[in-house]
Amino acid sequence: MSLESNVPKGALAEKWTNYRSKMNLVAPNNKRRIEVIVVGTGLAGASAAATLGELGYKVKCFTFHDSPRRAHSIAAQGGINAAKNYQNDGDSIYRLFYDTIKGGDYRSREANTHRLAEISLEIIDQAVAQGVPLAREYGGLLANRSFGGVQVSRTFYARGQTGQQLLLGAYQALSRQISNGSVVMHNRHEMLDLVKVDGKARGIITRNLLTGKLERHAAHCVVLATGGYGNVFYLSTNAMMSNVSAAWRSVKKGALMANPCYTQIHPTCIPVSGEYQSKLTLMSESLRNDGRVWVPKNMEDVMAIREGKLKPTDIKEEDRDYYLERRYPAFGNLVPRDVASRAAKIATDEGKGVNKTGLAVFLDFEAAIQRYGNSEAISKGIANPSKDMIRKMGKEVVKQKYGNLFQMYEKITGDNPYETPMKIYPAVHYTMGGVWVDYNLQTNVPGLFALGEANFSDHGANRLGASALMQGLADGYFVIPYTIGQFLADEIRTPMIDNNSEEFVEAEKAVAERIDQILSIKGDQSVESFHRRLGKIMWEYCGMSRNAEGLNKGIQMIKDLRAEFYRDVFVPGREDDFNPELEKALRVADFLEMGEIMMADALNRNESAGGHFRSEYQSEEGEAQRNDADYAYVAAWSWDEGGNHQLHKEDLVFENVELKTRSYK
Amino acid sequence: MKLNLKIWRQKGPDSTGGFETYMVEADEHMSFLEMLDVLNEQLIHEKKEPVAFEHDCREGICGTCNMVIDGRPHGPQQGTTTCQLHMRAYKDGDTITIEPIRAKSFPIIKDLAVDRSSFDRIIQAGGYISVNTGQAPDANAIPIEKDQSSRAFDAATCIGCGACVAACPNGSAMLFTAAKISHLALLPQGKVEHTKRTSKMVAQMDKEGFGMCSNVEACEVECPKEISTDNIARMNRSFLGSIFGSEG
Amino acid sequence: MWIINFLLSSIGRKIIMSLTGLFLCLFLVIHLLGNLQLLVDDGGEAFNSYAYIMTHNPLIKFISIANYFFIGLHAVVGILLYFVNRNAKGSSYAVKTKDNASIASKNMALLGSLILAFLFIHMGDFWLKMKMAKWYPDADWLPLAQSEALGHEVIDLYVRVTTAFDNIWLVLAYLIGQLILSFHLWHGFASAFQTLGLRHKKYTPLISGLGKAFAILIPLGFAIIPIFHYLNILF
Repeated sequence: MSLESNVPKGALAEKWTNYRSKMNLVAPNNKRRIEVIVVGTGLAGASAAATLGELGYKVKCFTFHDSPRRAHSIAAQGGINAAKNYQNDGDSIYRLFYDTIKGGDYRSREANTHRLAEISLEIIDQAVAQGVPLAREYGGLLANRSFGGVQVSRTFYARGQTGQQLLLGAYQALSRQISNGSVVMHNRHEMLDLVKVDGKARGIITRNLLTGKLERHAAHCVVLATGGYGNVFYLSTNAMMSNVSAAWRSVKKGALMANPCYTQIHPTCIPVSGEYQSKLTLMSESLRNDGRVWVPKNMEDVMAIREGKLKPTDIKEEDRDYYLERRYPAFGNLVPRDVASRAAKIATDEGKGVNKTGLAVFLDFEAAIQRYGNSEAISKGIANPSKDMIRKMGKEVVKQKYGNLFQMYEKITGDNPYETPMKIYPAVHYTMGGVWVDYNLQTNVPGLFALGEANFSDHGANRLGASALMQGLADGYFVIPYTIGQFLADEIRTPMIDNNSEEFVEAEKAVAERIDQILSIKGDQSVESFHRRLGKIMWEYCGMSRNAEGLNKGIQMIKDLRAEFYRDVFVPGREDDFNPELEKALRVADFLEMGEIMMADALNRNESAGGHFRSEYQSEEGEAQRNDADYAYVAAWSWDEGGNHQLHKEDLVFENVELKTRSYK
Repeated sequence: MKLNLKIWRQKGPDSTGGFETYMVEADEHMSFLEMLDVLNEQLIHEKKEPVAFEHDCREGICGTCNMVIDGRPHGPQQGTTTCQLHMRAYKDGDTITIEPIRAKSFPIIKDLAVDRSSFDRIIQAGGYISVNTGQAPDANAIPIEKDQSSRAFDAATCIGCGACVAACPNGSAMLFTAAKISHLALLPQGKVEHTKRTSKMVAQMDKEGFGMCSNVEACEVECPKEISTDNIARMNRSFLGSIFGSEG
Repeated sequence: MWIINFLLSSIGRKIIMSLTGLFLCLFLVIHLLGNLQLLVDDGGEAFNSYAYIMTHNPLIKFISIANYFFIGLHAVVGILLYFVNRNAKGSSYAVKTKDNASIASKNMALLGSLILAFLFIHMGDFWLKMKMAKWYPDADWLPLAQSEALGHEVIDLYVRVTTAFDNIWLVLAYLIGQLILSFHLWHGFASAFQTLGLRHKKYTPLISGLGKAFAILIPLGFAIIPIFHYLNILF
């Protein structure tokens, strides 16, 4: 299969503008007769559904949550990037584009990334107009902060709740369309399959999670905005219900899963505390603006801290290894996520981990507290401030900046981060890979689109902080509303799709059989226990560092686990009832396949790039080593019912940036 | 630690429910929901139906989790959702009673899960700013005073969990409704539709069958985002304004 | 019509409670000021004259009718809201918590009903008997006294009051009545302002302070009267 990216011709900076002006349109009277299904109501889904509704399409929107407002976009903390250059610090669309390409280790499509940078400006305007309370300066204008991998301040934020506020903005826009009838909302409906008619995506099969009833929903096209697959790892910063099923079912119906091995491990999460742990909590990257990452230099100190004989604050300055500042003086604590995570792994692999499990490093705010305290003293004109006074004032400033994050940390761990450094460790956070899409965000299945984290398009092998919100909203508000017309302009003569056609009936039957099969196994092990085991395999063999041997072993282990699942899983309850265990079982069944394709992709990619680190391919200093000659391509995988997967390549063409070894030194 | 749990079990919306008692072994570092996970694993192991409860992000922001623990929504800790409540708040041998939210407008689905779609309908009635995608002026075109913006933010932090309704002896949703009205009213962008929005949202709130605020203010105490009842006063004020100040 | 819609809306009904409540607070002040004349040691001259004026001046008569109306409205709407709210709540929790609100605020309907019951006793004791004087001019339980100020005979309500408070049970009933009133006002006073939307960082502390003072001082003022007379008899 040849993969056509459909990137328009012309100069990089003009592609999108020119393309938009010449694109096929659907007239308003025809829009009224065209139905669009949007699955998912996170930033991408809600913004797409709302905007398509505003344009006049008949939109049917689906979420498995009880309300569209609960999608996991809500948990994003730190911020959203935009090349507004409000800070006058040299930012520009090109710089945002370049930072994103470079941050992604040169594995993303130039044209998509540039479009993202262009649109970033409009997103902020739109959000503010919707009433999103982004942070402001005293003069009433918008404030910015810095994020990893970047040397300008371009991140807009809303305290530590940027995702929540942006999602509520999109949710409100969606609610407005629901109230005027242009969007019909289906809450508590989970997509369990894609329906294709004559090769085109024409509908979905859903399960009403309250009654268990299977439903057939038809439309002229289907838009997936169903998020990432990080929960393959069981422990991740994703929400408990985040899953890959909608995307994976589409892959099984012919779509392709692109770059599945690119998973982002976020460096600042609260470490695992025990076996019962159900999820990991992220501490926003923005903390690295002021927090310094360190481990003790001497093993004796490490042991003393683990045993509780020494407190972290007892370790003298010269006995601390601020390893990010040491290794990467130019970016210091603000290196990109993949780099920071790997550095933490190196430190703990050397045995320097500072908690009982040996899997934690310190994130220390003392220097920031002192610095802010001193500058407060100066600004208040206090001549000889006491140490206590400086700390007090410094803590106040830190509290204003990160108060809710500090509070959250204390709630979870019971430690007070104003007095003792936070303990952090990397955790799975985001997946750069996803359903393969072209420039129009259309998959290789005509009429099937994928937006936001669900697609693979803009971040390459690593995503920079505060770019996920940007991409989700760019896709939903400003890309799909245009590009969907490229497909739908040819569909204006297509009558309403009949959901009683053979294809729909067949698809529904297949779903019912799959549910019956899982319920009838009646084995002895819970779904949760399988998921936990899958997660351990993934983390062990396809986590922060991978190698061929481990991946081969991991693939076999997943295959065995999958066989065991279908032999011995126990799912209580009935199919025609509210049954969260059944929902989970169907999702884990798909993760058990997704995990394998991730490993296959990781095994195929004989290089280290961004979130994919193969221990065989590293420099002497332990930095990732790309292989641009052989692997500058998108690896898109198909998967047939028999579990056979096949690789399809889309070569990445770089016309504007020169491929370089990333350096943050 | 060993805990006795008294949990409300109810098969479906129309069945009558009752309390069942369970024993569970927990660890002080567990979150409350992880403790329930342990119980459910135990039940599944015994081939019994696990306790249905709703949860998702488990970091206190999605608003999905919502149970009432010993008579208090989200349990005893102020400013904390159930998922953020950790077992170190309890001690060995404690008995914990867990119930679903009780309110007519939040019918029980099963066990501890309730239907809160009435909140969505209140927002749909007018809890938005009518701006289409692409119509927006430059984000810095209208400066907003920092404190004002911060007050709007305080109201906007609502996670729609329903703890306010759960805590209210009247089953009133006024804190929820008022928080959204306030969030938008405090911003210049939201002022334009403010009057209409207030009357539409209040009308929908009434239609959903929520009770009336008698200023008990338990909602403010139980709100995991500590949203102030100042907002209710603001809503009352703007409701009066919408009646007597408008020509419609 | 808009006014009907307004009055039937949730906030509209609360505002009825608020405005009637505030009016009744004002009434309490006037009533107390008048009643404090019972403490004047003049054999009832001041109080009896005051009582006569209060029942014979047309303006005050009109205000008193309004007052009865507002008491009725406050009670009827209050009871109605109680049932509407109880219905909205459905069932209550197995574990009752005291940690999230004051006892007074959660029991306004009960407190209000008890106050209403107290009002009936109170009216039966004094007001009704005074009214009945019209029909039973010769009854010996309604003596007459000469009012110096008005220059004619008036009903000697003073004697009626002072003799009533010979009864320790009645005194106790009045004291309990005032205690209940105090609780009701403890929440009600500031609550009325909140309902009207009169809340501001700068003056809300004043309102709630005033509300607490009001809730203590007014019932205390009323309570002094039975105590004073009971003690008067004792010593």
